[in-house]
Amino acid sequence: MNEREKILLRIREALQLSAPMPGSHEAASAHSAAHEPRTPDFTTWLPDPGADMEQWIALFDANSVVLKTEVFHAAQGEVPGILRSLAEREAWQRVATHRSSLLDAALAELPVEIGCIPMEPSELEKYDAGITGCDALVAQTGSVLVTTQSAGGRALSVLPPHHVVIARRQQMVADLPAAMRLIKERYAAEYPSYIGFITGPSRTGDIERILVLGAHGPKKLTVIITTEQI
Amino acid sequence: MITPARDFSTWSRRLTKDLRHRGLIRKALRGYEVKRDENKLRFRDWSSARQSAAEIKYDAVNHLDRYLEEFAGQLEKRGAKVHWASTGTQARDAIIQIVRDRKARSIIKSKAMTSEEIHLNDALEKEGFEVVESDLGEFIVQLRKEAPYHIVFPAMHLTRGEISDLFEKELGSAKTDSPEELTMIAREVMRKKYCTSDIGITGANFAVAETGMISITENEGNARLTFSLPKTHIVLLGIEKIVPRLEDLALLLPMLATAGAGQALTGYNSMVGGPRQPGETDGPEEMHVVLLDNNRTSILADPEQRDSLHCIRCGACLNVCPIFKNVGGHSYGTTYPGPIGSVITPNLRGLQNWKHLSSASSLCGACTEACPVKIDLHHHLLQNRRNAVTQKSVWWEKLLFKGFVFMMNRPALYALGVKLGSRMQGLHTLVKRTPLDPVRAWTESRELPPLAKQSFRSYWKERAK
Repeated sequence: MNEREKILLRIREALQLSAPMPGSHEAASAHSAAHEPRTPDFTTWLPDPGADMEQWIALFDANSVVLKTEVFHAAQGEVPGILRSLAEREAWQRVATHRSSLLDAALAELPVEIGCIPMEPSELEKYDAGITGCDALVAQTGSVLVTTQSAGGRALSVLPPHHVVIARRQQMVADLPAAMRLIKERYAAEYPSYIGFITGPSRTGDIERILVLGAHGPKKLTVIITTEQI
Repeated sequence: MITPARDFSTWSRRLTKDLRHRGLIRKALRGYEVKRDENKLRFRDWSSARQSAAEIKYDAVNHLDRYLEEFAGQLEKRGAKVHWASTGTQARDAIIQIVRDRKARSIIKSKAMTSEEIHLNDALEKEGFEVVESDLGEFIVQLRKEAPYHIVFPAMHLTRGEISDLFEKELGSAKTDSPEELTMIAREVMRKKYCTSDIGITGANFAVAETGMISITENEGNARLTFSLPKTHIVLLGIEKIVPRLEDLALLLPMLATAGAGQALTGYNSMVGGPRQPGETDGPEEMHVVLLDNNRTSILADPEQRDSLHCIRCGACLNVCPIFKNVGGHSYGTTYPGPIGSVITPNLRGLQNWKHLSSASSLCGACTEACPVKIDLHHHLLQNRRNAVTQKSVWWEKLLFKGFVFMMNRPALYALGVKLGSRMQGLHTLVKRTPLDPVRAWTESRELPPLAKQSFRSYWKERAK
């Protein structure tokens, strides 16, 4: 018998006795011990994201302020201008990106050196910013949902010191359960090897619990939300 | 011989008196408490959320065989290799073998309590490999050659001054009292490591059975770099980390963030299911997942305490525990300190050696109330006490109770005892707090209330006249 079989056997033997239902130690609980396991939908317990797109956008903006994510709302054709002003403000020399129709259009006139993945980590590290797309924005938590497919692999969105996300307005979803549904609908046939929720720039509180941005990942996170239909 | 009990008692005695240490912990937790409560209130129903979270983990743990096979099967389909380890030694050997086969030299690691549990770093270093902890707090305690103080905040017992001195000594950096500058010093050191390390080792907060993915929660981005850049990614996780479905994370991730760090959602929540796939532009060539039992199945075999495997290692029970806040994380001498550590350590490492931890509790129940997955922590502490005595009774306790029963069954003897007691108490003042005091453990820090001049029995008799 190999270790896999041994462990599974020990588990099966252990599970012959059944355990009391969760919460049964709370005598006055609203949920009795006889309660059927697995509440079907916990969406309603989570923080309220609001009812429509307007409210989701407002919540995403409010969450971003707390998280110190910089957000721009761009109308048709405004993205290249926003990127130009960012490049100037941050004194970018070179930015790295991946191929996508949305990004190609946005970066077309950017007056800095533009590198495209794939590249070696030691090479990518020399770039001032990584500009990527995303799968969705999550209003409830102010998160950006990325995958290897939508954000140019694993390293592009974490190695350069500034991560810029270009998202379409329609990519906004209400909450985490909606984001999980979206992942399943889009990728169930073949999941990307990395799926991530990025919520604000890199941060740490490991020294006296004082917040410091830019621990290991990007020091800055910028999200440009465009009405572009591409 | 220094037993874990003696060690615990020495350290907790020392640290309870250390007002600076207590102040530091209290200050560190204050901000957390405010943020945690704010974020709990943002939930439309935190208590129902707890019940749902408990039910998800109940489902997972009570069908662990099925879900583990599903998890492993899904991962293997996408080219990851799954290793099963019954013991810490097997897990260490499996990892050392992988590292050796790759002829690797340097290893970058992100925070994993499971690796502390099996002393992975020591084992790797003994084999001549360089291991660097990339989480800032873990990096600091690694430089100090210390165990993490807390499962979520490893370096919460240190001031910026101490960290600056440490960096100056170990890294040759200039003195600074700015947390930001200190963080940047560590960032620079680590940046070089990510790009040059051959192997990245991470833990996992959850393992999704349905999709065959591990889920890692972090704020710094060190785990993302650790599983993105090196050619080989090794994951070490306990078998209890399983959750059945991907959507379960939609509840568990924000709850872990709120209970663990007082955040709405932690900075980076990453789901990794396999090495680099065809068509992807980067990522490791290989992914190895080491599933660790290390006595978790013996906890599973105890239905009464099986729910302690629901634990998502958020550390909320530590943060509310009056014992933890006074004796600190290192006094426990365990990988997992605080209430959850006191519950599971006796079951993981031997009841008789670790039963003392179950007595280091006021049974106030704050831990049970704080637990986001409703583990019945304080009752488990009581059960540990019971189990320890059932397994091996203490002769003098037994004798004491025999004597008590003997006296309680004989009213005349009881009356005599009460009379003698109130007369003799005066004499107690002569030996109070001296080595001769039979109840010194009590009188050292508390007053012994005086017995009443008149017993209730004699009062009742008088009143009846």
